[in-house]
Amino acid sequence: MTTTSDRPKASGSTPATSGRMSMRDRWNSLPRPQQWLLLIPVVVLIYALPVLNPPLLTTEPGTNFPLALFDAARFALIAIGLNVVVGQAGLLDLGYVGFFAIGSYVAALLTSPDSALWHIPYLWTLPLAMVVTMFFGLVLGGPTLRLRGDYLAIVTLGFGEIVRLLATIVGPLKGQVGFQGVGSPPGTNSAGQPIFTTSNGTAWYWLVVTITIAILFLVGNLERSRVGRAWIAIREDEDAAEIMGVATIRFKLWAFVIGAAIGGLSGALFAGQVGFVNNQKFDVPTSVLFLAAVVLGGSGNKVGVVLGAFVVSYVPNRFVELAAYKYLIFGIALIILMMFRPQGLLGARQRLLAYGRQAYLRLVGRPEQVSSDSSLRGEGEKAG
Amino acid sequence: MPVISTILLAQGHDLLAQGPDWIKFDVGAFLSQFWSDTIDGLAYGAIYALVAMGYTMVYGVLQLINFAHSEVFIVGAYAVFFTLSALGFGTSAPNLGIAALVGDLVLAMLVAMLVSGLVAVLLERVAYRPLRRRNAPRLAFLITAIGASFAIQYAIFAWRGPNPEPAIIMFRPQPVFDIGGVIITSQQLVIFLAAIVLMIVTDQFVNRTRLGRGLRAVAQDPDTATLMGVNKERVIVLTFLIGGVLAGAAALFYMMRVPAGAQFNGGFILGIKAFAAAVLGGIGNIRGALLGGLLLGVIGNYGATLFGNGQWIDVVAFVVLVAILMVRPTGILGESLGRARV
Repeated sequence: MTTTSDRPKASGSTPATSGRMSMRDRWNSLPRPQQWLLLIPVVVLIYALPVLNPPLLTTEPGTNFPLALFDAARFALIAIGLNVVVGQAGLLDLGYVGFFAIGSYVAALLTSPDSALWHIPYLWTLPLAMVVTMFFGLVLGGPTLRLRGDYLAIVTLGFGEIVRLLATIVGPLKGQVGFQGVGSPPGTNSAGQPIFTTSNGTAWYWLVVTITIAILFLVGNLERSRVGRAWIAIREDEDAAEIMGVATIRFKLWAFVIGAAIGGLSGALFAGQVGFVNNQKFDVPTSVLFLAAVVLGGSGNKVGVVLGAFVVSYVPNRFVELAAYKYLIFGIALIILMMFRPQGLLGARQRLLAYGRQAYLRLVGRPEQVSSDSSLRGEGEKAG
Repeated sequence: MPVISTILLAQGHDLLAQGPDWIKFDVGAFLSQFWSDTIDGLAYGAIYALVAMGYTMVYGVLQLINFAHSEVFIVGAYAVFFTLSALGFGTSAPNLGIAALVGDLVLAMLVAMLVSGLVAVLLERVAYRPLRRRNAPRLAFLITAIGASFAIQYAIFAWRGPNPEPAIIMFRPQPVFDIGGVIITSQQLVIFLAAIVLMIVTDQFVNRTRLGRGLRAVAQDPDTATLMGVNKERVIVLTFLIGGVLAGAAALFYMMRVPAGAQFNGGFILGIKAFAAAVLGGIGNIRGALLGGLLLGVIGNYGATLFGNGQWIDVVAFVVLVAILMVRPTGILGESLGRARV
């Protein structure tokens, strides 16, 4: 499991320059099989969370703990997808909720009895939602990724709003009335009751965690591939990357489309769990909350964004009295973060990729040094 | 428009009955309402243009999309609401003489300008200046801007709740001109003229005064301007102040047009559209903001009439933004706060 192999045990941002190795370096110097071995208990613990219901972590009686965990897992999936766009390729996408919405509507339109379209089994809507959102990612990204970075932010913001407005205006999408009874995966328990019900958070949580781990694996491999190297080159200096022969627009489009597909997938999962889709859940604040998860955790760092997603989704569920103020809190958090820790809780590392790790080890005789720099730190292009 | 569609329905019932009811392609309504849509669009577009000035000037000087500018604007709308409420305005038009009415409105505008200007300057101090000190990259500025936008929005939310404030009716729009059946109301006239005057004043200020010259110099080349003795920090504060003051003025006209406009997230969509207006005209270009605002106001109205639903205004505005960025990313008049006439 590549993904979690990057998991740093310490959030220390300074690389160990002195003799003492930091936890992160020590972790990185372990061979991969050992890392996997150490991760197995962590994964088992993550799976066991809704059953264990740990006293400190659990939510108040009013909030269903497995459902809160499902929410966190869903946010983690979204954050991983958005991280591909924002963290890896350095494209600020403020309309990510648009892809999420499209995924939800694909699931709703093809499974809900309220929809006039032909119906397919729910599980088929998951890959279909990804294909459809990829198409929309291509449609949006194709023309706009040629734009300057900050124009992209506003165009994607507009895209998110258009999706929401169309869901309201366009008749067959049913606006606020929405679609009831969105499908769910098949399966019944011993009593003959369906497993995946809207109230059974545990089953949905396990499903989403499994999908998230699979996606982490895929994205992690992508990151170490030629595509991932191109993304990092673009993020760090687009002009230099272009000069070095990186087809910047093509790779930006890749990032955008892959991010969109993950957004669509999480949207379809969300629609299945809630069982109801209407136009109310896809507003810009939600999009900014997704962004907050990525930036808070550490954009460009997969484990970081999962942590950020957990904080962003879990804190309002755990401390219900804070829920009303979540946008205020995360808004202020973004400002403060940009001032004092722009790389987020766990920063991205510009590490030697692919076989670089082994090469470095052989060359220097000690694990590579990692910097906690990310696209959010370093020399500004514009001194302002 | 309802009349027109009824006639069309009566004539071609079969044809229209088959089409969906959520979108029309109502050329008849579009033609018959062309002039009234144009005039109304110009008045509304003048509000966009005033807000767009704030975006365009900050972008011209700092190359920053100040997402929080829409909140600077909505804070102004709240200032208008509270001032006019204190002056006894309410859900019905007050019985005031023209002099007293104008006095009250000007007072409300000044308060809104002051409040919005202060918020804009405060925002610069608290959120953006520390980042400039640290030489942060652009992505950090953008994320801070979004964070600030949300912090202000939801601070208002925590204070005033989710619902819009009660409507404030300033005066009843009276028809002033009637040109061949096209009626121009007093409200449209006031908004349009006042906004144009404010923008001309700003344009002259930037182009003809000493401070304005400093502003253009910093927009053109901050380092050289600093070497030539321009106080860059002061220019940046000035830029935010002017943008905020204009947004405060826009807030009064917006409340005139949308009486229950003071809502915590009421500025957000208008802000995006104002930014679209700035890009349309050429961001960083003051006259471009005016042109873009007016165009966007008019185009939005045409779209709403053509497609038969007021909600299409926003969709049309965003599509226009994307289309303009694709075809001519520098906008109609080009990007040039610095290169404005010397």
